[in-house]
Amino acid sequence: MKNSSMGQSKKIVTTVTYAALILGSLVMIFPFLWMILTSSKTVPESMQIPPTIFPAQITFENFTRVMESLPFVSLYWNTALMILFRVVCAVAFSSMAGYAFAKLQFKGKNLLFSIVLMQMMMPSQIFIIPQYQMVAKLGAANSIFALVFPGLVSAFGTFFLRQAYLGIPNEIGEAAYLDGCNQWQSFTKVMFPLTSSSVAALTVFTAVFAYGDLMWPLVVNSDLKMMTLSSGLATLRGQFTTNFPVLMAGSLLAMLPMVILYLFFQRQFIEGVAMTGGK
Amino acid sequence: MSNPKSGTVKLSAAAKREQNWGWLMVAPTIIGLVVLNVWPFIQTLYASFCEHLGFGHYRFLGIGNYTTMFKSPEFWKATWNTVYFCILTVPVGIFLALLVAILLNAKVKGKGFFRSVFFLPMVCAPAAITMVWRWIFNSDYGILNQMMGTSINWVTDSKVVMIACAVVAVWSAIGYDAVLLLSGLQNISKSYYEAAEIDGAGKITQFFHITLPMVSPTLFVVLIMRLMASMKVYDLIYMMVEDTNPALTSVQSLMYLFYRESFVASNRGYGSAIVIWTVFLIGIVTVIQFVGQKKWVNYEV
Repeated sequence: MKNSSMGQSKKIVTTVTYAALILGSLVMIFPFLWMILTSSKTVPESMQIPPTIFPAQITFENFTRVMESLPFVSLYWNTALMILFRVVCAVAFSSMAGYAFAKLQFKGKNLLFSIVLMQMMMPSQIFIIPQYQMVAKLGAANSIFALVFPGLVSAFGTFFLRQAYLGIPNEIGEAAYLDGCNQWQSFTKVMFPLTSSSVAALTVFTAVFAYGDLMWPLVVNSDLKMMTLSSGLATLRGQFTTNFPVLMAGSLLAMLPMVILYLFFQRQFIEGVAMTGGK
Repeated sequence: MSNPKSGTVKLSAAAKREQNWGWLMVAPTIIGLVVLNVWPFIQTLYASFCEHLGFGHYRFLGIGNYTTMFKSPEFWKATWNTVYFCILTVPVGIFLALLVAILLNAKVKGKGFFRSVFFLPMVCAPAAITMVWRWIFNSDYGILNQMMGTSINWVTDSKVVMIACAVVAVWSAIGYDAVLLLSGLQNISKSYYEAAEIDGAGKITQFFHITLPMVSPTLFVVLIMRLMASMKVYDLIYMMVEDTNPALTSVQSLMYLFYRESFVASNRGYGSAIVIWTVFLIGIVTVIQFVGQKKWVNYEV
């Protein structure tokens, strides 16, 4: 008697769990679905009342129109290069610094590390006006360099990779040292490869953050050809205030590369973010 | 590598080499941080006491920007909007994220699929996401009004525009927070639940006496992070509400005001004062959190 009622309540719990998860997933997916559907409707159809769900006739005109208004090839290229350089810089410099802070003894270590911690606690906007003025003074506005500039070094990356190196036992480095490696060799040949999962997490974190960032690219690159996908998309708002099929086509094009990467590397993305969480 | 702490008067040759390597390896990061962050911070602080004459030239002004700021209704409105945005998004967002995390932690099939779905907004640029929501919220043809049979001006009515922004913010962040909370939930040992089961404790008792206290450290991290991010909200509101929108002042956050003052109006001294104020506010909120956590965060394992 008791057992069957417990089995019953378990069944109810499972059903409710699935129902909630499916309902939640629908809420999460719907905006994406609606974007795709709208992007292939004609403008009159998008304004039809009551609205149609599926386009009566699939059109690609919205995509050609948005590509006429925005230089999408340049936007993809700029965004990709910005992400690439930011990731390379963050990984290379943060690995070096993270290793040194975790494993080496040197004068001023604590003071220098406190600079890292202080930067992490500050919101990036507090640096943005002087950073912009530096870029302007260098005559580097409207360039890839300008997009990369604030990401040349990463305090968060340094902190995060220092944790990774702290997790590696000292004996491993000492063994390499006894085998005749100098500090640099033991870092590059032995220690760095051991942090690969943390480096992957930092890569994902840096890439996703750089991709979504809006204020810096808006401020520093005003030339349409030098914008990123995010800032380029922002310029569409005023241009097509009511032409939502074109806006949806633009959003879809801007979203696509990262979503495709995500579909292939879901686990790495999610674990990367879970690992770097707390920032 | 296992040298005594530095600071001793004489270092051995090996220790000296190690020290040189240490300096060399932190040099790029430290030089970068000084140029990109430490010096800019000092400049921003200084600029907040200055008038911007254009093209990066400043004249010392004293506390003028701050007195102007504290007398400005637009500034106080932006401060309130920022706080209001946090009130609307943080508790609801974290509650829903915890709910999703608990659901994902249950024995369900397709867990990975659901997790990926909830996480999806995280990999999309906020600019693109907000564009889609503007369409959903559109007053004339938006699907939301069509489905509800209403004609609410979600994006232009000053009374509801913040709610629309809050919906987008919660929807965007839920998967990220849920993933963090899920990893906290997975760290709870199954033996606690088994023991509770034997004692005859129900699911609800188990939640309040095991799950919640055990996940509280993760919950605290998520709360701090979410609050900090919400205090400096900008991109979402910027994309949702443009300069010409009549509802702008009802939804403009501090960082949006900062952007407009610094880069549209080029009042960089005043803009600097706004950003200093925002950092100050974030600092206060964080300190309150750290004091408050002693009452509810459980660090005993």
